[in-house]
Amino acid sequence: MKLTTMHDAIATYVHDGDTVAIEGFTACIGFAAAHEIIRQRRRDLVLCRMTPDLIYDQMVAAGCARKLVFSYLGNPGVGPLHAIRRAVEKGIPAPLELEEYSHFGMVGRYFAGAYRLPFFPLYSYTGSDLPRVNPRIRFVESPYGDGPIAVVPPLNPDVAIIHAQRADVHGNTQLWGLVGAQKEVAFAAQHVIVVVEEVVDEEVIRSDPNRTLIPGMIVDAVVHEPYGAHPSYVQGYYDRDNDFYLRWDEISRDESSTRTWLEEWVYGVRDRAEYVQKMGPETWERLKPAQAWSHPVNYG
Amino acid sequence: MSDYSPSEMMIVAAARALAGVRTVFVGVGLPNIACNLAQRTVAPELELIYESGVYGARPARLPLSIGDPALVTGALSVCPIIDLFGLYLQGGRVEVAFLGGAQIDRYGNLNTTVIGDYVHPKVRLPGSGGACEIAIHAQQVFIIMRLSRRSFVEHLDFLTSPGHLGGAGEREHLKMPGRGPQVVVTDKCVFRFDPVTGDMVLVSIHPGFTLEDVRAEMGWDPRVSPDLRETEPPTPEELHLLREELDPQGIYRS
Repeated sequence: MKLTTMHDAIATYVHDGDTVAIEGFTACIGFAAAHEIIRQRRRDLVLCRMTPDLIYDQMVAAGCARKLVFSYLGNPGVGPLHAIRRAVEKGIPAPLELEEYSHFGMVGRYFAGAYRLPFFPLYSYTGSDLPRVNPRIRFVESPYGDGPIAVVPPLNPDVAIIHAQRADVHGNTQLWGLVGAQKEVAFAAQHVIVVVEEVVDEEVIRSDPNRTLIPGMIVDAVVHEPYGAHPSYVQGYYDRDNDFYLRWDEISRDESSTRTWLEEWVYGVRDRAEYVQKMGPETWERLKPAQAWSHPVNYG
Repeated sequence: MSDYSPSEMMIVAAARALAGVRTVFVGVGLPNIACNLAQRTVAPELELIYESGVYGARPARLPLSIGDPALVTGALSVCPIIDLFGLYLQGGRVEVAFLGGAQIDRYGNLNTTVIGDYVHPKVRLPGSGGACEIAIHAQQVFIIMRLSRRSFVEHLDFLTSPGHLGGAGEREHLKMPGRGPQVVVTDKCVFRFDPVTGDMVLVSIHPGFTLEDVRAEMGWDPRVSPDLRETEPPTPEELHLLREELDPQGIYRS
């Protein structure tokens, strides 16, 4: 039984200076976990994510991070991440070190970490300036005489935080829709926190084993946190709050309005349940997705 | 004066370039709408691939981002990102990929990383995303960008994604599987690439613009095709699809 509260999961598994990966490619981004990390005032984190998104923009604005490891730094479909840009361009609230890859390189790093390989080989980076500014991207000769190939080192975070639709109390986790790099990052990490919309019986998991992305054996903590991925989305549970992604562009342009937002929506609430209540039922009504059920399959 | 905007002309020209194509790697913004238009006009068999892990998307509404839930609903397949880049892209299954950037040079090399110095940038841009490997592996790269002196530059501040590098033949020398950039669609004109030299050649100018308008927005003096022509304006059907079905809010009109 690994069921615990968000407060205790973060207090136990996320420490100052840790390397933390909260993955989820556009979908299932663990905002509730990030807000709890901000509330517990963690510092000097190395934050890893393919797409830092609003979640790391908020954590950087709150002063949690000393370094970002990433492959795409933007508010998807909207524009730049202003708080991260302020940190990089002006050192506000603190200087931020960047270590950047391409998407294939970043997911390859998780893969090598998960498989306990010394590196991941990929055909990328030839002709690009990226290896020049990131000395961890290197080229090796193929031992089979196929010429040079790029390699990236494994990435093994101290803790990975995964948001998903459902898990049982042992952490057997089912995720559908965009699955991103969640399986790889979970297997690569020292500790895994799973945050879910619903906690279900083991029997539900066993009825559809192909949908289990993360086995309970690698999970340390399970947190039940409905709407914990807002303003991102969870397929079948709530839609992406595109309005908020647009609004963040305004809020985050200015350092003081960013701080005001954090005061009200992160420091000013006790936990995600209070955030959900404060957002109000009309938000959740607006984000209610249409029904699109899959056909059942026979596992017999 | 025309009754469509330069952006609409750009989207329509990009969609037409996809005639007969079956698999396209779609980016956010303009490529997204161009591919969705192509699927409804010149390339009915077109399957859309998104780097978020979606193959064969049939979005019921225009997605705001490449990870929009509408891309998942009704898709042919949703896979882990390592599969998308490893099996689909590096496996050579992507016919055409759309890319864009903050800066482009005459060989179609793209910068999406920084303006100014890397360590102390004037502007920090998003970075590669999947663009670096997409530029290497897609069989063909189509570029969609607004024409401006700030973007069409003699020298990139940073080379994120390789085009024809220093000229034709360099990609082959580096054993890149894809053929690199084939076309650049802008809001004023269309360029193709000279197969002998690997640099951009102006092939058509959109109605309402002149060669001087194009030159004024470029950081180098462009080569002009001897067959330079005027781009076919959007048809009423293309405009209807764009305005009524794909972008009813007019987000991409201006």
